[in-house]
Amino acid sequence: MIRPHRNHPLWLAFMLHRVSGVALALFLPIHFYVLALALTDPAALNDFFALTENIWVKITEFGLVFLLAAHMLGGLRLMAMEWLPWSDRQKTFAATAVAGAFAISCSFFLSAVSL
Amino acid sequence: MLTTRLYMLQRLTALIMAPLVLGHLAVMIYAVQGGLDAAEILGRTQGSVLWMLFYGAFVAAVATHAAIGVRVVAFETFGLSKSVLTPLTWLIFILLLSLGLRAVYAVTLSGVLG
Amino acid sequence: MSQELSVSVWRSETNAFQEFAVPAQDNQTILDVVSWIQANSDPTLSYRFACRVGMCGSCAMMVNGEPRWTCRTHVKKVLKSNSLQIAPLRNLPVVKDLATDMEPFFDKWVEAKGVFQGTKTRHDAIEPILPDTAERVAASTAIECINCAVCYAACDSVSGNADYLGPAALNRAWSLVNDVRDGAYEERIEAVSGTGGCHNCHSQGGCAKYCPNDLNPSASIAGLKRKTTRNWFGWGRS
Repeated sequence: MIRPHRNHPLWLAFMLHRVSGVALALFLPIHFYVLALALTDPAALNDFFALTENIWVKITEFGLVFLLAAHMLGGLRLMAMEWLPWSDRQKTFAATAVAGAFAISCSFFLSAVSL
Repeated sequence: MLTTRLYMLQRLTALIMAPLVLGHLAVMIYAVQGGLDAAEILGRTQGSVLWMLFYGAFVAAVATHAAIGVRVVAFETFGLSKSVLTPLTWLIFILLLSLGLRAVYAVTLSGVLG
Repeated sequence: MSQELSVSVWRSETNAFQEFAVPAQDNQTILDVVSWIQANSDPTLSYRFACRVGMCGSCAMMVNGEPRWTCRTHVKKVLKSNSLQIAPLRNLPVVKDLATDMEPFFDKWVEAKGVFQGTKTRHDAIEPILPDTAERVAASTAIECINCAVCYAACDSVSGNADYLGPAALNRAWSLVNDVRDGAYEERIEAVSGTGGCHNCHSQGGCAKYCPNDLNPSASIAGLKRKTTRNWFGWGRS
């Protein structure tokens, strides 16, 4: 997959943006379905929320929050690159976006596991 | 497989969503404390025009953004022709929009109207 | 360095790599290695080169999976455990062995309106272009392209979209978009806005990473996206 010509930071930033985008697009219908349970079956919604107490579900949520934050910050980098005056520091910006996404998803995870 | 029109739609919906995602992330970090609770979440959102507009705009933007994004990935990965791509793009848009608006209705208006 | 290099070379007849042993030298380019094989091991090996000094852009190949100008790539720089893998450029049809058909690459150059459209005649005075104007500075970043197609071979947007004009053609369009003497601005903006236009670039930056002349087509394409966005809003050129 990571063939030699792809082994550089901005290609990896591209792949992260693509993978996170597709993952979020697949997650959204499930997300919407679960929220609509508030309308159709409120008890089922609470049963579902009870599942989120499981540590593995929390870890999955952490992953989803990371993908969302990475997609947003990575996308902002791309728009800044395309619409603001050119900067040569794209690798730094891409790394900053990933670090920011990690910080956001860690805050979420700490909130989720604290009592 | 992006023309200027689709590109602009993709970027403009992204710009609209940037503050909405930040808000959504903040709410998630806040709401998850002490575990998710349906009554707590619905108590915040039911009957709130502000949350309805917030999530309504979010759903409309994300349905557009995701449909165009998946279109590009489907084209570059599977080499689908334009006659397949255009209906696929619309299908994803309509699916996400209808499911999303239904969810927004469920958490903001159903308690008031229903 | 040991006495012999083990070199795998792509052969189109068998659709496979063929192994050759090539004497190692202290100073040796990839093109030297390929030429040695053709001269001493297998005269039927086909490849393309002309100037041998990094001017003409005809000798690019994939070396250990990365696109490079072979005449200016030293073996020492790319050798991996004493072996080399040499293949034709990615994203282009192969004529034979290491020689690719460059026609799609040059066709896209024309499609992107890569030809200067003058607005004056020989009877007009020469238009002075000051070197420090914003347009001239922007154009200068893009003008040293030698058409070697290394960027084109590095680009996954090209592999994913056969219509995509590619980094070199769009980089050329960027230099002309910034040429104040050129009279085809609107046509060029139109040419880079279609299903193969600048908006299909995913900013992977492979073009900039591999460009042997240190150009940055990725930055040029971002510039085109800026111009086409301005044009879409009806905001004028700059």
